Amino acid sequence: MTAHPHQPAARLSTAGRLFDDFRRFLDGDVMHSFRRSPIVMAAAAITLAFFVGSFGAPWVAPHNTFDIATLDLMNAFLPPSWMDGGQAEFLLGTDGQGRDILSAILFGMRVSLIVGVCSVLFAMVVGILLGLFAGFVGGKVDAIIMRVADVQLSLPAILIVLMIDGFARSLLPRSVHEEMAIYVVIFAIGISNWVQFARTVRGSTMVEKGKDYVSAARIIGLHPFLIMIRHVLPNVLGPVLVIGTIGLALAILTEATLSFLGVGVPPTQPSLGTLIRVGNEFLFSGEWWMTIFPGVALVLLALSVNLLGDWLRDALNPKLR
Amino acid sequence: MLAFVVRRLFGAIIVMLSVSAISFTLFNFVGDPVNSMVGQDATMEQRQFIRTQLGLDDPAPLQFVRFVGRAVQGDFGMSYRLGMPVERLIAERLPATLELVFVAAMIALVVAVPLGVYTGLYRHSPLSKVFLTLSLVGVSLPTFLIGILLILIFAVWLGWLPAFGRGQVVKVGWWSTGFLTPQGRAALILPAVTLALFQLTLIMRLIRAEMMEVLRTDYIKFARARGLSNRAVNFGHALKNTLVPVITITGLQIGSLVAFAIVTETVFQWPGMGFLFLQAIQFVDIPVMAAYLVLVAFVFVAINLVVDLLYYAVDPRLRIERSTGAGK
Repeated sequence: MTAHPHQPAARLSTAGRLFDDFRRFLDGDVMHSFRRSPIVMAAAAITLAFFVGSFGAPWVAPHNTFDIATLDLMNAFLPPSWMDGGQAEFLLGTDGQGRDILSAILFGMRVSLIVGVCSVLFAMVVGILLGLFAGFVGGKVDAIIMRVADVQLSLPAILIVLMIDGFARSLLPRSVHEEMAIYVVIFAIGISNWVQFARTVRGSTMVEKGKDYVSAARIIGLHPFLIMIRHVLPNVLGPVLVIGTIGLALAILTEATLSFLGVGVPPTQPSLGTLIRVGNEFLFSGEWWMTIFPGVALVLLALSVNLLGDWLRDALNPKLR
Repeated sequence: MLAFVVRRLFGAIIVMLSVSAISFTLFNFVGDPVNSMVGQDATMEQRQFIRTQLGLDDPAPLQFVRFVGRAVQGDFGMSYRLGMPVERLIAERLPATLELVFVAAMIALVVAVPLGVYTGLYRHSPLSKVFLTLSLVGVSLPTFLIGILLILIFAVWLGWLPAFGRGQVVKVGWWSTGFLTPQGRAALILPAVTLALFQLTLIMRLIRAEMMEVLRTDYIKFARARGLSNRAVNFGHALKNTLVPVITITGLQIGSLVAFAIVTETVFQWPGMGFLFLQAIQFVDIPVMAAYLVLVAFVFVAINLVVDLLYYAVDPRLRIERSTGAGK
């Protein structure tokens, strides 16, 4: 293709444009509305703290829960440090093997966040590409893609995820499935969420398609694929950010549900859902902290991300200004 | 009207056939069904005999026709894990799930409609803000956590309600019901509330949005101008017109209640279909998975069809639009 030598330059200019957009973003109404709302600031702070705490878990967490040598069965079933019998060393208590709950939460949240972010990115790529394609090409392609999207939208996401997981289990041998489980979960959650992205991107693509700059690009003989990727795509990405944020909260909750049901990530990489599942077995003997603290962490995370998404939607919506 | 019904029926049949095709593929191309039926030391002749008996040597389309034929009669084969006919397993579990879903839908409706109307009418009252904030928290609370919290509070700490199982059930024909015994009713409360909560927030927000929309319209202003009482305007005029979409959404939500029952049933060890399906996934029990898939697809398609027809019957505007659309 003759367009090849120009591509690096084009990418640079896209990056430059994105940088400009970002600077304008910091000066604009969005940041203004951010600084005005204490709830949103708190949500942002919590989200940031969770990201830093969980990805920095090997350095931040008081104990390394994966290092069996440091575990001591004498420390099993300790209540939180402010209750009778609690120790200051274990702020939120310990589980049946003497693992520190706080550290387990930090490590578990890392798995939850990785699965959540990866599956949203996957859903985003699939959804944006299909939506862009459907909107730009139109006709039969559009009809087929949107028909599939409609059918999928009428089924609850959790059912689709469980079905894909069931398929993967029957297709893969047991030992291989253990290793692949985390990718299966990412794939399943991603596939269950692409429709929202596709619909939004399709809608804005159809609007952009009729604009002059697209006609101009057509007239100078640019390949339709290049027009789609280089010219239309950057102009339809705005709303994707909002859906992505709300989708992240949804993906984290779906992963937790799967792991709680015992069909999510393998027990060797416990996520927040796995911790809740394990703790649930001790609910009746009164060791509530093993379930409740990971649960609170999960809800705080989902709520903060949801609040950020709501705020982004309102802040980016010119009608509400 | 007839053309519309026929078109919808046709669509429903296509969806059912494609779901059956997926289950059929699951059945036939994942692992060898003969292997799972006979032991390791069956001879080649025995295997071949079973293959011919089951018709596994026939071309795939013919096998598919046979699969659909059997599925229509409710025959899905034997469960690999429990060694029982799948249709009997499902018939045993079906009443538990349906009772749970029914009670949950009732709770959701009875609580959500008044809350939705209230928050729609008094948008700026502090109580409305409390309800709305709670509903946002409710959306961020996953179903299984709500279940665990309820168990912790009402079963472990207070000891008022049972935390798992269906309690005592009574057989009415082949249907086992928990409605007739005190233990059965007590056991139903926590799972039903858990299942209802998510739908509740959804329906409440929907009614609120619809109320606010309707209250802005001209005929409400006109009704007020005529000097009708607030009560007559709010309930006689406004609420009545919000109910059409609400009925639709509620109908569709019943389908998702069946799906979310998987989670609730697991938390409460409720012996329903969802619990059965989850165990089938964990043990790769393909006949049960396939049957559940077809059954849930059937429920969804049936509900969609009924809701579409209801919508068409209830809303006269739709009929006019369709007839002009067809006249083009």
